[in-house]
Amino acid sequence: MAAFIIKRLLHSVIVMLAVGFVAFLMFNYVGDPINNMVGQETTVVQREQLREQLGLNDPFYLQFLRFAGNAAQGDFGLSYQHRRPVEDIIMERLPATLELSIMSALFALGVGVPMGVYTALNRNSVLSKVFMFVSLVGVSLPTFLIGILLIFLFAVQLQWLPSFGRPGVVDLGWWHTSLLTWDGWKAIIMPAITLGLFQMTLIMRLVRAEMLGVLRTDYIKFARARGLKNRAVHFGHALKNTMVPVITVTGLQLGTIIAFAIITETVFQWPGIGLLFIGAVRDADIPVMSAYLVMIAFFFVVINLIVDLLYFAVDPRLRVERPGASGGH
Amino acid sequence: MRIKTAFLAGAAILAGTQVGNAETLRYAFQADVNTLDPHSLNETFTLGYQGNIYEGLTRRTPDLSIEPALAERWEIIEPTRWRFFLRQGVTFHNGNPFTAEDVVFSYERATAEGSDVAVKVAGIEEMVVVDDHTVDVITTTPNPILIAEWDNWYIMDREWAEANGAVGVTNIADPDGESFANRNANGTGPFMVTERQPEIVTVAVPNPNWWDEPEHNLTEVVFQPIAEDATRVAALLSGEMDLVFPVPLQDTDRVQASDETRSLTGPELRTVFLGMDQARDELLYSDVTGANPFQDIRVREAVYRALDMDAIQRVVMRGQSTPAATLVAPGINGFPEDLQRHDHDPDRSRELLAQAGYPDGFRVQLNCPNDRYVNDEAICQAVVGMLARVGITVDLLAETRSVYFGRILKQGGYDSAFYMLGWTPSSFDSYNVLFNLVGTRDDDMGRGTFNVGGYSNPEIDALTADILVETDLARRDELIDEAWTLLHEDFGYLPLHQQALSWGVRNGVTVAQRADNSFVWRHVTVEN
Repeated sequence: MAAFIIKRLLHSVIVMLAVGFVAFLMFNYVGDPINNMVGQETTVVQREQLREQLGLNDPFYLQFLRFAGNAAQGDFGLSYQHRRPVEDIIMERLPATLELSIMSALFALGVGVPMGVYTALNRNSVLSKVFMFVSLVGVSLPTFLIGILLIFLFAVQLQWLPSFGRPGVVDLGWWHTSLLTWDGWKAIIMPAITLGLFQMTLIMRLVRAEMLGVLRTDYIKFARARGLKNRAVHFGHALKNTMVPVITVTGLQLGTIIAFAIITETVFQWPGIGLLFIGAVRDADIPVMSAYLVMIAFFFVVINLIVDLLYFAVDPRLRVERPGASGGH
Repeated sequence: MRIKTAFLAGAAILAGTQVGNAETLRYAFQADVNTLDPHSLNETFTLGYQGNIYEGLTRRTPDLSIEPALAERWEIIEPTRWRFFLRQGVTFHNGNPFTAEDVVFSYERATAEGSDVAVKVAGIEEMVVVDDHTVDVITTTPNPILIAEWDNWYIMDREWAEANGAVGVTNIADPDGESFANRNANGTGPFMVTERQPEIVTVAVPNPNWWDEPEHNLTEVVFQPIAEDATRVAALLSGEMDLVFPVPLQDTDRVQASDETRSLTGPELRTVFLGMDQARDELLYSDVTGANPFQDIRVREAVYRALDMDAIQRVVMRGQSTPAATLVAPGINGFPEDLQRHDHDPDRSRELLAQAGYPDGFRVQLNCPNDRYVNDEAICQAVVGMLARVGITVDLLAETRSVYFGRILKQGGYDSAFYMLGWTPSSFDSYNVLFNLVGTRDDDMGRGTFNVGGYSNPEIDALTADILVETDLARRDELIDEAWTLLHEDFGYLPLHQQALSWGVRNGVTVAQRADNSFVWRHVTVEN
């Protein structure tokens, strides 16, 4: 077990180093950050001095080694644009993104699962057709457009919800949340729906397909033969068995939601790490970009590690000691 | 019926908390204030924001003329010695008195390593404290526009800076990390920052001890950046914002059409233009070998006359631009009012090209930014079409600004044959443009650094040198006029236009829109 975990951790470190390396290769093409850091009349000598101080004139592998060395000690340098330590900025922004991601995942599950069950049980009802149509819209419309449409309808026309931002933030010291105030809840509704719509559609279709499959299995037939009520059959037996793949998919999708939050955060000016990253790309703010990419890689690595460990716990075959198993998979 | 009532009640609760205080001003810009440190970044929006918190020895009125601020008056006692009489009884937000020491400190800080505003106080040999409220400034040469940029060379409190470790300028390369002045401010201005969350919100309240009589009726100013154009406009239309800028061209009509809001437009001080490489003997990225067509005045004239600025103004800019005849805007000192654009005349262009030896035209690459100026890429696409009509084939390369400026400016080796650039002289004076953009490139004196095309005209260079030291202002304006006329006749640049400032304002809010796009809160009144 310990050997397995250590091996996986080593893999993770290699993955993150590779991500950092590729990121630095790309930074050669994002342009010159200096122009975004100084005014138009800053002399060429001063610009050159700044480049030198920031080490931008070094070959990229040197810049990378320096970055990796500092990052290993938790130091990502100063943001070129914000002139503050990158790790501080990211820690400030992370709660916004995590709250948004979790709310949208809850939305996707809370709406997607019932819709999936309903459409599976009532395949020919009018409402099912409506749900299926909505899910088609959710899959095909880009996030960006959904966000703008929601803003137009609920902020500009009806003026029920704020069009942007994250008001009502309460500082808890180790975390700051907008979920303790009414203003905060109002502001998270549209971003969470925008971000979660695609996942909701996915979950709905997954639940529907799984349900349809399970309903045809023998044990459901036996359950019915035992004279159980529909309710018990559908929710006690069928739905329970569809939840395994749904939970796996949702867990893995959480990483995608966090990464996809970039677009939603931009549309709603949601002050999370996605918005930070977009700003960093626009201004070629290399320290922020590299820290963000490494962090996202870290999320995926951790999620995968957990999934691996879960399989390890679930699947007894993985636990069998195989002394001569080094000869391949 | 009951459902409908509940529905409406719910809506009322949701909407209820959005009604703000009558005297709170909420506004949004597309980006955040980069820093509160007044000497860290020479950028219009950042300096404009800071100008509500900090003050200079001078300030500018809504029509941009200079008036006294922290200096009550000044006189030139020798050609190279200016004496400034400072306002008495002024205090910083923390209560410290404002004295001559603070002026000298702010000068030292503005010229220290890491400062981006050194150019505003360039050409000064020494600053001498005469007494607590008098400072002498000794310049290296007579300089008639010494104080042109002093309205945003801001004065900081020496005591505060020393007590908080903010003596050094907030500097990205600083190994000690973030400076205290980056997120904290202590000026003498009409407003004081009470909350600063970078990229989220910055809140300020009026300074009760301000030395001047307030014109505004504000009790609070809340600034939030909104990067996305559509969201920014929506925030104005939904009543969450009192003022937003910039409003994209396609939305100005919508903002104007609403009963609650209006759009406020006016010509900006920035002039956008095209430049042609005239320095290299063989044109880059073209099919011409062994020659550079742009070195021939006939080719430059042909390109100029092929551009239909009326069409660009009408179609690409939707009427929101002012075609320009030269590189400075009305409102910039030395703007040549009598210069008219040469006529649009594609037939003449074709004749000129034939005379110059390019009867079938030639091929060249045009470099353009795609996220810097209003509709920059669309303008370049229009230029491609217009030049195609006279036989010049243009390959357009439009890029994001960090890549673009890294390529075409000096650090990229002026890697372009044909490019777009926009420029606002921060001194609001023609000399700045003549020196930086028109003057022959000269590393030692720093002249022509932004003269990407390497245009060179010794006559204009001589005039520029005279303009710098001419203290008779009428004579100086004549020299400037002469320089602009020479450039005009030489087709040295292809001026395009001044793009329009575009603000969206809620009705009931009165503001003074300044042509440099600075938002000055002390002229704002809000009513519901």
